[in-house]
Amino acid sequence: MPPRRVPLGLTMLALAAAVLPFALSNFRLFQCAQVGIYAIALLGVNILIGYNGQFSLGHSAFYALGAYTTAIMIDQWSVPYGWTIPVAGVLCLVAGFLFGIPALRLEGLYLALATFALALAVPQILKYFEHWTGGSQGIVLSKPSAPWGLKINPDQWLYFLTLGVLVVLFALARNLLAGRTGRAIVAIRDNPIAAQAMGINTALYKSLTFGVSAAYTGIAGALSALVIAFVAPDAFDVFLSITFVTGIVIGGLASISGAIFGALFIQFVPNWAQDISKAAPWAIYGVFLIGFMYVMPRGIAGAVRLGVARWWRPRAEPAAAAARSRG
Amino acid sequence: MDIFVQQVVSGLATGGIYGSVALALVMIYEATDIVNFAQGQMAVVSTYLAWSLLNAGLPYWAAFVATLAISFVGGVLLERVVIRPVEGAPVLTVVIVCIGLLVILNSVMGWIYSYIQKPFPSPFPDRPIRIGNIYFGAHDVGALAVTVVVLVALYAFFRFTTLGLAMRAAAQNPVSSRLCGIRVGWMLAIGWGLASLIGAVAGMMVAPIVTLDPNMMAGILIYAFASATLGGFTSPGGAVLGGLIVGVIENLVGTYVRFIGTELKLTVALAVILIVLLVRPSGLFGRAAVHRV
Repeated sequence: MPPRRVPLGLTMLALAAAVLPFALSNFRLFQCAQVGIYAIALLGVNILIGYNGQFSLGHSAFYALGAYTTAIMIDQWSVPYGWTIPVAGVLCLVAGFLFGIPALRLEGLYLALATFALALAVPQILKYFEHWTGGSQGIVLSKPSAPWGLKINPDQWLYFLTLGVLVVLFALARNLLAGRTGRAIVAIRDNPIAAQAMGINTALYKSLTFGVSAAYTGIAGALSALVIAFVAPDAFDVFLSITFVTGIVIGGLASISGAIFGALFIQFVPNWAQDISKAAPWAIYGVFLIGFMYVMPRGIAGAVRLGVARWWRPRAEPAAAAARSRG
Repeated sequence: MDIFVQQVVSGLATGGIYGSVALALVMIYEATDIVNFAQGQMAVVSTYLAWSLLNAGLPYWAAFVATLAISFVGGVLLERVVIRPVEGAPVLTVVIVCIGLLVILNSVMGWIYSYIQKPFPSPFPDRPIRIGNIYFGAHDVGALAVTVVVLVALYAFFRFTTLGLAMRAAAQNPVSSRLCGIRVGWMLAIGWGLASLIGAVAGMMVAPIVTLDPNMMAGILIYAFASATLGGFTSPGGAVLGGLIVGVIENLVGTYVRFIGTELKLTVALAVILIVLLVRPSGLFGRAAVHRV
């Protein structure tokens, strides 16, 4: 895509996102907020899996940590909800960094295994600390109303809050991945030994990437606790992790915009599949997972990029040919 | 003391089941370098199949044998149809395909048989076996015996038959094996078939204990992972031994460490996996992986 087009496209997208809350019902808006939340979580997972090549089936654990941090802080200590989101992020950053240290010694399959075990253990651990987490009953919160006397309802406010966090986090991720750090992260994925030989501290970068990825997912979890106004252990089982992996595979591994496509998919496709059967959403996830790996390993974002490149090539060609003949 | 022995024995019985699932994992790993996340779910499918056959009026052991045969063929077909296209692809791709398979099998079973738990019969008598003051559940002893039989049969297969030798060769050095005329692709498929068969045995042995539902194997799979990690992913015997150790640890910790009880059982498996991976990543009996740079 030529660079001049990007701001125009982004502006239109931003306008559409800003108008949306006044055009949709509260329930649709709630779903849109969910898409934003999933997009943040998927971006976090994608930084780890897509860019850094560390596989994780355990991100439901960090999502749960973020959600429960917010819920417990509001429920037990009556902390204003705005403060709970950064706290959840920092807590998950630390937790992810710490989990990333033993994960350094695990490659590929073993990491998938260890994180899979983490994801399976989380609901049990949550139920065990009943005093804090409310056990299997979970914690019920109330939706925060809009601040500064804004005349919008809680659903609209939560939508805008999610959107704001989403924009900030996406900008941060773009800057992180487009620069020197991002190249180091990708180099570790493509050839760890060469990366090390080039002077990259692979151990530090890998654990840091794990931490950042966990922080994104944790912030998403915190937002989800606010938007859904309820947390319960069984919502954070291993299938949530599989949902995240499905989302990034379908959206596009190692792409930032892929997180949005993936989020739209995991929010809306199961909804209409549910009408067929309770089991249908997962069957569809499975078919899409395998199908995308066979025929579209770069996901929707990759296909879009390819489509755009094909569209633009004919017009770019004469200029290139002219440059060649001159050279 | 009696309680201790009792717990050890029943730990060995569940450990035998973990061990057999771990054995299936290790077999596929040895043959193809893939850890099959769908292994547990394949076992669930086999167990449902056995349930249907029993409900159709087949006697237990006839249904047992029929299930094993169908599971074997099913495993071979899965490898040919689903795994074959991603052979040699990056680990990430293969893991994702396996997870896709897990999800599909899980939901299809839920679709056909519903998520309601179903009782599954045990082929062994209800009456416990009593030695001194200690009672052994007949099913526990039977399950352990079946695991041992499977292990011995597998050992004999790999050690004394030409096909077993060909499979080992194909796993160790695919290129040279192909030059010797071994059909490496088919050896992998047979490996999947055997793993599916072992999974079927494990599923039918565990179903009477935990009752049958589509998510039956999730917890067991993670214990099997722990067992395989403990024993070493490159050692079939180690996997079974690892299973027995994990089974006993699980029971003893559940009995004697009050704050863990039965509620944090999966966390014990997680701890085992993490500790082993940190202290001795290749497991008790495994070979350390060596990479050529």
